[in-house]
Amino acid sequence: MDAGSLTWVLVSAAMVLFMTPGLAFFYGGMDRERNVLNMLMMNFYCVLIVPVLWMILGYSLAQGGSGNFIGNFDFLFLDGIGILDDNGGQLATIAFLGMFAAITPALISGAVADRMKFSAWAIFVPLWLLLVYVPVFKWVYGGWLGDRGSLDFAGGTAIHVNAGIAALAAVLVLGKRKGWPKEGQPPHSMPLVMIGTGILWFGWFGFNAGSALAANGQATQAFMNTFLAAAAAGLVWVVVEWKRDGHPTNLGAASGIVAGLVAITPAAGYVSGAAPLVIGGIAGLVCCYAVKLKSKFLFDDALDVVGVHFVGGLVGSLLIGFFANPEFFDGTFEEGIFYGGDAGLLLEQAIANLSAIVWSFAITFVIMVVLKKTIGVRVDEQVETTGLDFGLHGESAYH
Amino acid sequence: MKLITAIIKPFKLDDVKESLKAAGVQGMTVSEVRGFGRQGGHSETYRGAEYKIDFVPKVRFELVVEDGVVESVIAAIKAAASTGKIGDGKIWVTDVDRIVRIRTGEEGPDAI
Amino acid sequence: MKLITAIIKPFKLDDVKDALKAAGVQGLTVSEVRGFGRQGGHSETYRGAEYKIDFVPKVRFELVVEDGAVDPVIAAIKAAASTGKIGDGKIWITDIDRLIRIRTGEEGPDAI
Repeated sequence: MDAGSLTWVLVSAAMVLFMTPGLAFFYGGMDRERNVLNMLMMNFYCVLIVPVLWMILGYSLAQGGSGNFIGNFDFLFLDGIGILDDNGGQLATIAFLGMFAAITPALISGAVADRMKFSAWAIFVPLWLLLVYVPVFKWVYGGWLGDRGSLDFAGGTAIHVNAGIAALAAVLVLGKRKGWPKEGQPPHSMPLVMIGTGILWFGWFGFNAGSALAANGQATQAFMNTFLAAAAAGLVWVVVEWKRDGHPTNLGAASGIVAGLVAITPAAGYVSGAAPLVIGGIAGLVCCYAVKLKSKFLFDDALDVVGVHFVGGLVGSLLIGFFANPEFFDGTFEEGIFYGGDAGLLLEQAIANLSAIVWSFAITFVIMVVLKKTIGVRVDEQVETTGLDFGLHGESAYH
Repeated sequence: MKLITAIIKPFKLDDVKESLKAAGVQGMTVSEVRGFGRQGGHSETYRGAEYKIDFVPKVRFELVVEDGVVESVIAAIKAAASTGKIGDGKIWVTDVDRIVRIRTGEEGPDAI
Repeated sequence: MKLITAIIKPFKLDDVKDALKAAGVQGLTVSEVRGFGRQGGHSETYRGAEYKIDFVPKVRFELVVEDGAVDPVIAAIKAAASTGKIGDGKIWITDIDRLIRIRTGEEGPDAI
């Protein structure tokens, strides 16, 4: 890897690490004040356990060998990965991908907020990483889904759809929060939500533009797309909400920004021109309504992981079928429908997402059921009503 | 001696304080509280879901005065805190059996 | 008229508010306070150092009611705030000499 690219990948990796605390603040602010530390800890736990597992066997199982479904054990403990032949490029890539592996299970924490036992979460995260994230990652990057021609630049299918549908499976086993949906709780700290949103947006430039794994034109376009899609989605969400509910809210802006970032993630290195505005705009509109699904179908996805990450990821991934523009990137991928292609790419996008959805939902459901039948997944009622911060962690957020 | 307690709209804090000072009150305690009366709170909408916020922010004044100034203090609070709109608040008066100034140990009206 | 003051566990705030509304109470004030009773606080450990938190968070309710409503209001608070565990709180009643509604100037029971 050349020095410029190596620099960019290392900087991007650090930016993606910063997204996990960003996500923690984003979720923590939306949570109630007696559970905010539990939310932060669920997120920070991911950056404790995942790097360790990633080094020991996660990376090897996710990228080793040429299997269609799962990697191999060639790189256990990063065996054989040196820094002399390629200037440390592979090691930088492993670090970069490790950050992705850390934030993906963290996304699920927003759904299970306010009621999941931390001990159950502590076991859920490594199991989910190895049984769900790693195989789906391999299918998409170097496995059968990627080989069929589906596109996922920075993790729309592998990360957002994957974690989003897992969040749904998790809450179906976990059950609803006490009192929901009759009693809801508004965000306890909107400033915390906005700080988290800012950190996420900043980090997302590393997430998307870093996924070019090079300092080149594709990285630059991905950077620009990340900029524009988030702005368009935030704008649309605020306008819709203003018209529908009467006020332009901070949470609407934050939610739209994140929905736009999620949607542009799979498309960032494949689309150009006005496409990020359209993809972001559609994601802002669709997600603004999708967050209402939980009240209609009564699944208690506390902080809207399904409505924002699953739906946003799916929207962005499918829109690649319309907007992919290989000529612009001098790329070898298929053209989208708006650039002279047929419906072939759209079909591959649908197949890839459907495959990830079925696997992720089923395995997550099984993991949660096993945890429920063994150590239990819910805090007791006393802890749920008095707060997880003191009940599980012995700390209070505000004195 | 009487304890006068008033619950008012928060934005009237400074007006009421100034008005009480002008009426000769030398000390008072305020705290941020929440409450509702006939106005019944308000609602906030987040991600399209409406949350009923029963308790709206209020400010509580507490001051101990001599019996003779109760009337003028009530008048001062009323004049300064009133907007004519629902939610202006209430004032109530309770008896104080004993009052002690901690520094000097003075008791009774001298300690006010 | 009486002033009813109750100190309760914070997580019982909504239960008590709903019980009081159901009992016909039209207005009340709450504040976040800290205190301890026989339970004597709790301890929290940060970086291995234990901190004794003597004052644990509590919620104070204040409401002014007519004499006849005192018993049902006490019953409502007791039923809603009780967990049977130490630290459930206290309720006390004081006499009110005078009550004024700021907006209209109404006095006495009409101002409740």
